[in-house]
Amino acid sequence: MKLHHKLKTFKLGGVHPDDQKISAGVAITPLPLPKVVTIPVAQHIGAPAKIIVQRGDMVKTGQIIATHEGFVSSNIHASASGRIGVIEEVMDSSGFKHTAISIRVKGDDWQENIDLTETLVEEIKLEPKEIVARIMEAGVVGMGGAAFPSHVKLSVPEGKHVDHLLINGVECEPYLTADHRLMLERPKEIIVGIKILMKALGVDKAIIGIEDNKQDAIELFQELLKTETGIAVEALEVHYPQGGEKQLIQALLNREVPSGGLPADVGAIVHNVGTTYAIYQAVQKNKPLIERVVTVTGKSVKQPSNFLVRIGTPVIDLLIAAGGVPEDTGKIVSGGPMMGKAIADLDVPVAKGTSGILLIPKDEASRAEVYNCLHCGKCIEACPMGLEPYHLLLMSKKGNSQRAKEEHILDCIECGSCSFVCPSNRPILDYIRLGKTQIRKQKKV
Amino acid sequence: MSAGLLTVSPSPHIHTELTVPQIMRGVIFAMIPALLFSIYNFGIGALYVTGLSVLFCVAIEYAIARYLLNRAASIYDGSAIITGMLLAFNVPSNLPWHIILIGSAVAIGIGKMSFGGLGNNPFNPALVGRVFLLLSFPVQMTSWPVQGATFSLDAVTSATPLGILKEGIRSGTPVDTLLSEMPSYTDFFFGLQAGSLGEMSAFALLLGLIYMLYRKIITWHIPVSMLVTIVVMTGIFWLIDPTRYASPLFHLLTGGVMLGAVFMATDYVTSPFTHRGMLIFGFGIGVLTVLIRLFGSYPEGVSFAILIMNAFVPMINKFAKEPRYGVVKEKRK
Repeated sequence: MKLHHKLKTFKLGGVHPDDQKISAGVAITPLPLPKVVTIPVAQHIGAPAKIIVQRGDMVKTGQIIATHEGFVSSNIHASASGRIGVIEEVMDSSGFKHTAISIRVKGDDWQENIDLTETLVEEIKLEPKEIVARIMEAGVVGMGGAAFPSHVKLSVPEGKHVDHLLINGVECEPYLTADHRLMLERPKEIIVGIKILMKALGVDKAIIGIEDNKQDAIELFQELLKTETGIAVEALEVHYPQGGEKQLIQALLNREVPSGGLPADVGAIVHNVGTTYAIYQAVQKNKPLIERVVTVTGKSVKQPSNFLVRIGTPVIDLLIAAGGVPEDTGKIVSGGPMMGKAIADLDVPVAKGTSGILLIPKDEASRAEVYNCLHCGKCIEACPMGLEPYHLLLMSKKGNSQRAKEEHILDCIECGSCSFVCPSNRPILDYIRLGKTQIRKQKKV
Repeated sequence: MSAGLLTVSPSPHIHTELTVPQIMRGVIFAMIPALLFSIYNFGIGALYVTGLSVLFCVAIEYAIARYLLNRAASIYDGSAIITGMLLAFNVPSNLPWHIILIGSAVAIGIGKMSFGGLGNNPFNPALVGRVFLLLSFPVQMTSWPVQGATFSLDAVTSATPLGILKEGIRSGTPVDTLLSEMPSYTDFFFGLQAGSLGEMSAFALLLGLIYMLYRKIITWHIPVSMLVTIVVMTGIFWLIDPTRYASPLFHLLTGGVMLGAVFMATDYVTSPFTHRGMLIFGFGIGVLTVLIRLFGSYPEGVSFAILIMNAFVPMINKFAKEPRYGVVKEKRK
């Protein structure tokens, strides 16, 4: 029997949903190229990229087709070779229509300067500034879901000192296994990616945080890092939302990012393992971010899978490859069950931030009966930010933005723990989102 | 498949299994040991009083929701059953049916529905009913059947240990002498004492507490803070003068302390939200209970203490906030 010491975790709130990692044992398989890829130009936080191709142009795989507008933005590359088709607004996973470039796929003709071999390149030749420039060039964004441009995170504001790089291998969302599989199948590349990030940031300490339900990944990294100094692996308690940036910083470093502040304020920068792998590809292989691992899962899915998918592939292709859409499907979610977005259309393209496609059966798809608030306090107990969700709901409902702001409504990370635990099934997070929108609108006026 | 058939709603897309009906069922389940013990101790009278009380509470809530408020009957969540059971737990097991009816009407009608039903009442409905009955029918509410007098609705009555203690101290008898005439602490713990229907057996109530903690229906904060406060406070007085004050163990095992700590004070609706608030709330109940018991004119004070602290809940909620992530100093307003 193993000795049980207390695993680290974050301090406030959190919930323990059933983790349902049914696709954890399924190796990553590349999905065949679709006939058409539809690539949105706004896949990231920040300004949409500016389109630099025209209908009818021939493009190669990896060729840039839209450039970043300003610093907080990201380049977009062709994820397949072929002819540019229509450029029009399509519905993406957010439920809104955004401009997207479609490519009618012909063959798979990559740009010449991209290294497509599997050889591990360990030597990091580039200087810190060149690394950041390369990451920006390759259009790398946070792949945990938020899709924040990675080069922005790496450009630490002047006057702030970063001493720790934290690698997020937590994957706290139930069902999702994309990061888990990547850690098992590409650990050496991820470690080189970590070294690249450490060099870019000028830090000598990195910690990989992995939740205890991925024991194989923890042991693998411990083995590979035995001789390394400066990179540590930390097994964390299974506790949602540990993959939240602020929660991970608290769990690993016991530091709190000040309200309204940035991780760099407490000397930490957090990158997801998927992002770290993409950074390895960008810096060592000159390969832009045009594909990612997507988990396709759900209780009734025939073959729960982890696919390597080109950006812009329609969701329906992934579903067919996983054995089709089960009869009892009531809801399809892009992302995990706690923070993912329900999609209404199966043609929605996979984007840089799409970590999974979850099929929820009909009997779990709708919300249950709502009761009066019992004042049980479970939402407060669950809030990882120490907020009072029931109270924020009331203030948002009344439109009392001033009070809501004083109660730190803007600190809400929208993890959904409050709505998850509410015994009365009250739509707490829905109202908190409404309240946050009200405040943002007032700011604009 | 047609995409038009998909449900679209904001996250989260999964929900905990512990919803209102499950919680209410859990609480009812947690009360069963105490009820069974009561039936064993007082016979069929206990079942009769509990059954009537539950029946009246549910019927009154149904009638008010349906015919006075013109809304869907809210009885299916199970909260009226709990109020009925708790009201019964707080009265003698030989209470006549018309008094139970009045108690139920006050508990549900005034205590709960007049504020808008489940979740909106500031005071514990069962205690509102209980205190109303205590003030209106003092004789019937304080003549407890002797324990062990099974299968009879007209049992011989006796005073509670707390009542005997209060009278005895008033007449100047030392506590030791009074206690020597009472059952042992072990008997108190298992419930061989006179008292209200559901309050005698600390053992049965603790079983209920353990179950509710295990199911994560309640947290430890209110019961522990209330019981610790009572032990510490009565302990101090006992150390000062053991001839005039009974030991902490006596106070812990007699009267409504256990019932109050496990089922009455932990009522979600009428207790604070935060763990800090819960600790303050339990502390306040403990202090008030001891003050009433030792210095008030009533022998027992748990019901009053809980009702008084119920009134402070909004204030406690305002000041006893949880620590916030990333907020160092909360400005005082």
